[in-house]
Amino acid sequence: MAALLLNITDLYCERDDRVLFEDLSFTLNSGQILQLVGKNGSGKTSLLRILCGLYHAYEGSVKFLGHEIDEDRDSFHRSLTYIGHHVSVKAGLTTQENLRWYAKIHPQLDVQRIESALASVGLAGYEDVVCQNLSAGQKRRVNLARLFMLPSTAFANSLWILDEPFTAIDVQGVAELENKILEYSRAGGAVILTTHQALQISENVSQLNLDNWGT
Amino acid sequence: MKVFWAELSRDLLLAYRRKGDLLNPLLFFVMVLALFPLGVSPAPDFLSQLAPGVLWVAALLAALLSLDNLFKSDFEDGTLEQLLLSSESTYPIALAKALVHWLTTGLPLALLAPLLAVMLFLPSHAIPTLVVSLLIGTPTLSLIGAIASALTVGLKKGGVLISLLVIPLYIPVLIFGASAVQNATQHLPVQAYLAILGSMLALSIVLAPFAIAASLRVSVSS
Repeated sequence: MAALLLNITDLYCERDDRVLFEDLSFTLNSGQILQLVGKNGSGKTSLLRILCGLYHAYEGSVKFLGHEIDEDRDSFHRSLTYIGHHVSVKAGLTTQENLRWYAKIHPQLDVQRIESALASVGLAGYEDVVCQNLSAGQKRRVNLARLFMLPSTAFANSLWILDEPFTAIDVQGVAELENKILEYSRAGGAVILTTHQALQISENVSQLNLDNWGT
Repeated sequence: MKVFWAELSRDLLLAYRRKGDLLNPLLFFVMVLALFPLGVSPAPDFLSQLAPGVLWVAALLAALLSLDNLFKSDFEDGTLEQLLLSSESTYPIALAKALVHWLTTGLPLALLAPLLAVMLFLPSHAIPTLVVSLLIGTPTLSLIGAIASALTVGLKKGGVLISLLVIPLYIPVLIFGASAVQNATQHLPVQAYLAILGSMLALSIVLAPFAIAASLRVSVSS
């Protein structure tokens, strides 16, 4: 039943003359949650950026639904939501303006869900607040609200790549986010995330330790 | 098309909310042209001869001044990589970015130029040519400049490199722009110069956004 979403074969990447990983091969099926673990500097963020198609200094192949990600970039990016370690929120815009912009450049996001998404990340009533007046955790929450804007019909065979999504988020927020991730994976979405915290959810979760792949 | 308007309206809104930055290139333009007669000579004959060149050089440098920040804040807060992850084409996004730069520098410079031209005793019959040449020439400066800005956005001190990359490419625009105004002061035909400026603009509208998008991918990938 589960479709093969990502197929990574013989991935090799080095940075500053240090091999981050070599001969790294793994697959990701729909409904799977893959947690990348490893020391600081083990290449977790680099791997995630390679998988998004943002970082090109690597050898090997990354296939999404059977196509190399660089060959069919548009349809891959339609299925992808990437939360990087940047805030990815414009300080000069309100929370709503930020999310409306996201809905326009990422058409898979539903502009009708902005209010409910903000409510889901605990920012109800902050629609017209300029983001530079928000705390660091609240800015992260605005960015994470994008996950709640994806309509559930688009969950199947889509991919979330989350780089430290729990940074600066309080305990309750982390629990809510984990529930969202679980809901998403049950509906057929696949998740790759890095976090140094232990996940409370265990269903469909597997781990990949990058410390074993480098030198 | 939707991404074009999304990017254009977002960046114009951001520019409007930080009005101080908008004034910088304009202030530079006014200062250079106000100080120039004081430093050289206030004689009307002398100034009216130099006015076409000085106006164009000042406009060019003012446009160059604000290039460094074109992609900087998007790069730093991570919205640039989100733009590149859009499933929409990056061509309209790059075009929108260059257009915002022009709307916030080139256009106000061209509109302000007649006032400063009077200050430099440029013959009044040459003023329409000055405005038109700036209106056609400065978008080319924005488009070419955006390529250099995109290439250097990942570097700590990209500002110097931008000038080095961009100045040689700006020279043809400067020559034809200033020559058009020079000819106009002497009642000579200017259409050929304006046509060449127009063709440079057409070429850069078609090609520059591809180069801007490719440069952004390189910068984000490092």
